[in-house]
Amino acid sequence: MNAEELRAVRSSEDVVLVRQAVRALAVKLGFSLVEQTKIVTAASELARNTVDYGGGGFVRLQTLAAGPRVGLRLTFEDKGPGIENLELVMKDGYTSGGGLGLGLGGAKRLSNEFEIVSRPGEGTRVSITRWR
Amino acid sequence: MERIPILRTSEFLLVTIQVDMHDRLAMTLQEDLTDQIVRHHSRGVLIDISTLEVVDSFIGRMIGNIAAMSRVLDAETVVVGMRPAVAITLVELGLSLPGVRTALNVDKGMDLLRRSLHGTPNGGS
Repeated sequence: MNAEELRAVRSSEDVVLVRQAVRALAVKLGFSLVEQTKIVTAASELARNTVDYGGGGFVRLQTLAAGPRVGLRLTFEDKGPGIENLELVMKDGYTSGGGLGLGLGGAKRLSNEFEIVSRPGEGTRVSITRWR
Repeated sequence: MERIPILRTSEFLLVTIQVDMHDRLAMTLQEDLTDQIVRHHSRGVLIDISTLEVVDSFIGRMIGNIAAMSRVLDAETVVVGMRPAVAITLVELGLSLPGVRTALNVDKGMDLLRRSLHGTPNGGS
C-alpha cells in the first residue's frame, strides 16, 4: 500500500519532528535499526538544509511498495534562493553557511536513490529513497 | 528555558543527553558546558550519548566543538555510549569525529579521563 503525508519544515523543532516521523515510518516498514538510523539521519540533514538555506518548506513522506520491495521516499521542497552550482554543493566540505558541508553528500550516501532539482531564484527539491 | 542538565563531580562534568535535541538546545549545551568548565575548574567532561538514536552532522559538529573548546580550557572530553547503528551512520555520513576521545561506556570513559589527568604507566598521549 502506498501512502503519503506532508509536513511543514520551518524551524529546528520541525527538524526534530521530521526525524521522529521518519523513524516511526521506517519502524512500521520493518527497516533494520541501521537502515532506520541512516534514513533518519539523512532526513535530518535535508530538513536542516530546508530550514537554514531554503527559508523553510515542506517534506512529503511516501511509503512505497514495488512488488516485494518496500521503501520510504522523502521529498524536501523549498522556495528559497535555489542553488547556483549543484556540482559544487554536492562536494564534501563545501558550505555556504556555518555547517560542515556534509549535508547533501552525506544524505546521498545514506540513501539508495537521490535526486536534486534546483533553480536559482525558484527553490530546491531534494528527494531520497531508501529500500528495505 | 529548556536545558540539558550538567552534573558535577569533584573533577569532572557529566552530561547525559536524553532528548532528541533540536539545534538551539545543542548550542545552549555547548555554551553551558564551557561556562561550567571555567567556573568549576573542571578538568574533564564526560558526555553520555547512549540514548541518542541519531547523531547528524550538526550534533556531530557540536560534539567536536565541545571537545575542542574544552581542550583550549585545559579540560578533556570523552564521549561514551555511542550506539553501533549511530557509529555506522556517522562514518557513512563522512564524520569520524576527529579529535574526539570515545569510550564504550561511562565506567571506561571515567577511567580514560582519570588516566589522562593523573597519568598511568602507559599514560601520555
